[in-house]
Amino acid sequence: MKPSQFQHHAPERVDEVVALLAEYGDDAKVLAGGQSLIPIMALRMATYPHLVDIARVPDLSKISATPNAVRVGAMVRQSHAERDAAVATVPLLAKALPHIGHFQIRNRGTVGGSIAHADPASELPAVALALDARIEATGPGGVRFIDASEFFLSTWQTALDDGEILSAVEFPVWGAGSGFGVEEIARRKGDFALVGALAGVTLDGDRVTRACITMIGVGSTPVRCHEAEAALIAGGANADLDEIGRIAAAPLTPTHDVHASAAYRKHVSPAIVRRALTAALKEARS
Amino acid sequence: MNDRTRVRLTVNGHAEQVEVEPRAILADVLRDNLGLTGTHLACEHGVCGACTVLIDGEAARSCLVFAVQAEGASITTVEGIAPDGGLSPVQEAMRDCHGLQCGFCTPGIVVSMTAYLNTHPNPSDADLKEAMSGNLCRCTGYQGILAAARQAADRMNASS
Repeated sequence: MKPSQFQHHAPERVDEVVALLAEYGDDAKVLAGGQSLIPIMALRMATYPHLVDIARVPDLSKISATPNAVRVGAMVRQSHAERDAAVATVPLLAKALPHIGHFQIRNRGTVGGSIAHADPASELPAVALALDARIEATGPGGVRFIDASEFFLSTWQTALDDGEILSAVEFPVWGAGSGFGVEEIARRKGDFALVGALAGVTLDGDRVTRACITMIGVGSTPVRCHEAEAALIAGGANADLDEIGRIAAAPLTPTHDVHASAAYRKHVSPAIVRRALTAALKEARS
Repeated sequence: MNDRTRVRLTVNGHAEQVEVEPRAILADVLRDNLGLTGTHLACEHGVCGACTVLIDGEAARSCLVFAVQAEGASITTVEGIAPDGGLSPVQEAMRDCHGLQCGFCTPGIVVSMTAYLNTHPNPSDADLKEAMSGNLCRCTGYQGILAAARQAADRMNASS
């Protein structure tokens, strides 16, 4: 249960991080909060000759608000984001953060690290996907933005190129009349969700003008439920949420593992979606 | 490859300097290099919470931190929770409420509970249950631990 040997690099600027990744290529891995990476290394599921520790790059630990979005630097700790006033303007992000592990984990774990790690059962990739966040990637060629819809390729696989780091994520701010819900089913508080749903709605009276539904734990990436969103927008605020849940769950092909069977995950999915939407609609009406 | 790196830490108020491999986790450095064996290691991959310490005042799993990441940080282990050699309110409550049996998980429980109560002066019972959910105990069934958290919260509140 000890990680294998590696060289530790602690650059202080983003361009130094990028230069180190260019120098060491596949032998290098970015270390942010380490709350996913270090267990993987301790279990010897992965070994890396070089770790590039980004904790001493001040530019990566900033949160800033623009009129329509909140930009969260890659190295912002989850617990700090939980307490941040700008993050509070992105309620889905604020609601999802406390679902991550335990407070001891969130004191170290980072927003960018979780999204770059791209575990299909974790919350922050789903928040990014649900809100159509933009992923800021910095590489040898400079900065580019990747839509969250194109970022998550498979379990632990993202659209980041070799030599790029996730430097920040821009989460869109939804307007007035919006509400959000995060619902999960897990055997114990803090465990990875067996199934989870993250939902957002914007209401104009009883009309649903905007909707997002994203599920976790049901595939190799977080899954956006476009058909269910369209059905909710068509049906309005008084739509049959059980039916919306069934529409969301219909195309899912979850896998079986030691924690839950595929059939169980599929079976509970409509109810989890209904609960998330119920919470979102309640908040939007209030 | 196995070059050692110098790491400077403040541990329980004392300035320390160690030469360790980059792969050395903080828990091992505290135990093996600094002799602070109060911090226990069980799962070594972030599940059980036995190794919880404070890093700059915030609770963290010391099995999920490389010592090199803690360069310059201030660490508090269970040995430093009650600096005067007595018992802290949390430790007293754990004794009063039978919050331990074998005691293996206790250092992590004490440190987590201390960190939580330092920042949450008026927790509900549900808050305490959630706060302690990141520490596994295989003996007590948790009821004594939660009773201890309640007592410690109430006494710390009354004395503040």
